[in-house]
Amino acid sequence: MWAYLVRRILATIPVLLVVAVVVFLLVNLAPGDPAALLVGDDARTEDIERVRQRLGLDQPLPVRFVHWVGDLAQGNLGNSVLNSRPVLDLILQRLEPTASLAILSIIIAIVIAIPLGILAAWNAGKAIDRGVMVFAVLSFSFPVFLVGYLLMYVFSLYWRILPVQGYTPLAQGLGPWLANLILPSVALGLVFSALLARMTRSTMIEVLNEDYIRTARAKGLATRPILFRHALKNAAVPIVTTIGVAFAALIGGVVVTESVFAIPGVGRLTIEAVLQRDYPVVQGVVLFAAFACVMVNLVIDLSYTFFDPRIRY
Amino acid sequence: MGRMTRSGRALLASAFMMACAATAQAQTPGNRILKVGVQSDLKVLDPIVTTSRVTGMFASSVYETLFAYDEDGVPQPQMVGDTKISDDKLTYEFKLRPDQRWHSGGPVTAADAVASLKRWMSFDPVGRMLNDFTKSLEAVDQDTFRLVLKEPYGLVLQSLAKPSPGSPFIMPERLAKTPISQPITEVDGSGPYIFKQDEWRPGNRVVFVKSPAYVPRKEPPSGLAGAHVVNFDRMEWLYIPDNNTGLSALQVGEIDYLDEVPFDFLPIIKSNKDTRLVSLYNGTLGFIRPNFTQPPFDKPLARQALYYLVDQPEFMNAAVGDADFYMKFCGSYFICGSENGTEAGSENFRGKDIAKAKKMLADSGYKGEPVVVLLATDRPLYAAWTQVMIQNLRDAGVNVDVKPSEWGALMSRWARKDPPEKGGWNLNIGAQPPGGTDPIKNPFFNPACDKAVLGWPCDEKLLKMIDAWSRETDDERRKAMIADINRQAYQSVPYVILGQYQQPVAVRANLTGVLKTGGTTAFWNMVKK
Repeated sequence: MWAYLVRRILATIPVLLVVAVVVFLLVNLAPGDPAALLVGDDARTEDIERVRQRLGLDQPLPVRFVHWVGDLAQGNLGNSVLNSRPVLDLILQRLEPTASLAILSIIIAIVIAIPLGILAAWNAGKAIDRGVMVFAVLSFSFPVFLVGYLLMYVFSLYWRILPVQGYTPLAQGLGPWLANLILPSVALGLVFSALLARMTRSTMIEVLNEDYIRTARAKGLATRPILFRHALKNAAVPIVTTIGVAFAALIGGVVVTESVFAIPGVGRLTIEAVLQRDYPVVQGVVLFAAFACVMVNLVIDLSYTFFDPRIRY
Repeated sequence: MGRMTRSGRALLASAFMMACAATAQAQTPGNRILKVGVQSDLKVLDPIVTTSRVTGMFASSVYETLFAYDEDGVPQPQMVGDTKISDDKLTYEFKLRPDQRWHSGGPVTAADAVASLKRWMSFDPVGRMLNDFTKSLEAVDQDTFRLVLKEPYGLVLQSLAKPSPGSPFIMPERLAKTPISQPITEVDGSGPYIFKQDEWRPGNRVVFVKSPAYVPRKEPPSGLAGAHVVNFDRMEWLYIPDNNTGLSALQVGEIDYLDEVPFDFLPIIKSNKDTRLVSLYNGTLGFIRPNFTQPPFDKPLARQALYYLVDQPEFMNAAVGDADFYMKFCGSYFICGSENGTEAGSENFRGKDIAKAKKMLADSGYKGEPVVVLLATDRPLYAAWTQVMIQNLRDAGVNVDVKPSEWGALMSRWARKDPPEKGGWNLNIGAQPPGGTDPIKNPFFNPACDKAVLGWPCDEKLLKMIDAWSRETDDERRKAMIADINRQAYQSVPYVILGQYQQPVAVRANLTGVLKTGGTTAFWNMVKK
């Protein structure tokens, strides 16, 4: 187990290196010049050149890459070209809102999707099953921003019971934290609940057709133990994988939701950095997202041993 | 433990919603907190090295300038108490008014003012101009400093009062001695608000508190001049990038002030009894910028032809829509209604005449080569104007090659002098800053060829006229000269005026005392009832 863990953690290094090379090339070869953006549209050519020199953008690409990787090896993601603040600080500052949003969205998705998926599987082919699938299709088809605006209109503008925008850190109280996060989490949670409900339904249908379930039924076991003790646990591996993938996607930042609800998360940091050509921030955020993705996958893999004791590392 | 009944669950849900509602209510600001919605995040804290509007607003709150423009466009002393000007107009002696202190403690001194001015004069176009005329600038004693000129310069006080962006904000000497190549990241001002750097959350909120040590001037507030009386204990800027969300936040009272309202929202704000629109300035100009270094617009005749493709209301209606917020016609390069708002020279360039434009382009030697027009897809105002211009160019037989991109990529291309087919450009749409009311303050007007801003307008005659105007110290004679400058500008066409418009801000109806500053927002004098 421990050897496996160490092997997996070491395996992240080449993955992150490949990501580093790709993101560096993508960011630096894309059209745009942070110096021109920084100085503004009423700049003179010499002003732009001076800023380019200050930022080291006048150096050849390979030289810049070597500098960046050298800093990276020392755990330094560099500084933002716009405000000179360390990229790591910027990411860490944005992590709490994004993690809060991700966790709450996933909880909402699980609370909605798992019971619905089980219900649909148990009633496969019946009206309830079709109803759940209609819900799943609709939830997945509605754009998140549209759901966000609708929720905002109803709960914030019409009923005025929840704030329109912003984020309050958890340290300032559970109530304000939740008040700011409910609407964006529901908007996001609905999308992921659609995915999760479908996954739960299909895997549960598969498991419910297994011989041991038939045996359990023949023994006269009640529905609840059959569903939750036998079927769900055995169907859990793909469901947990879906939850993990969804969480990894959310932790990398959800640009639209964060923008609509003015949540200062990683997604907004990314999009602003891209628009401003803040190269070190873009590179740092993408590396962070890749690292988070690898780690979440590792946790998922390890969790399989809990759900399926036959799996051993 | 017994199971919760359905009604119990409903009750719990209701209680939770009410708790959240109570929380939301508790967050509602009192009348001692001003909440401002901004649509650009504060990123750069050094107001000297950037033209960012949000940095300008930030600096105007925490720093002060030596002079400031009043509502009539006249420079008035702000940090300065007394000014002595020698008869030959070569020596200016400024004495700082008393009781000015840095937020970190300690008095504001003449050495601080001198160091700040020197840093500004090494970077800002207006500052550099003043620097060219400066023989010496030094502190005389603790609160007096002296500026000695090589020759008379008519814009000394105007330069020191330059509104944001690029205002000569005064900082402590230790900060002002930072090389201009290195942005200042520490903030220590002497203005009416103190920046709470520990509460600053980039991408989220900027927090200020009222400066207890600040002593306002005695004169009534006017423009950016006069008493800067703050009526709030705390001011919070919330970064709300989404326009719809910003509007909703204003409608429900989560914010009191929304900066830079999109024109689409004007009817909604006007029709809501809880919100209203406020104009901070007379107007600003939209323009089309020809590239002077590339044919066909390297020739004056081709640039003049562009004027015959412009019907100002057509452009303004496409982007602004509401006729209350644009003029039917403005022929001044220095803002109609301003102290320099002459329209001399515009008489022959009013109204669209496609056939005439076509003939002028042909006479200038244009033979149908591709004309690269930059289109900023993420700037609705510029995008709307560009679309109209593209159609008008095509109507005049111009072979238009549209290059759409987001602003970041556009800026990169705009900065290139290469031929259009090799990554350069011919025409680009933009807008000048609201404070550009004279040839020096308007950066896009400067026709200094390679030393001019992007587009590189080049006109030796106009440059000499501006130079003579800037040396003139008699106000009346300068007024006559500005008319000649405007006239000459219509001959060389540094840019084509598309129209004059106002970008209003929106406030809650209970917020009063918003000052007309000529550009940036003054967060003093406001009162929340």
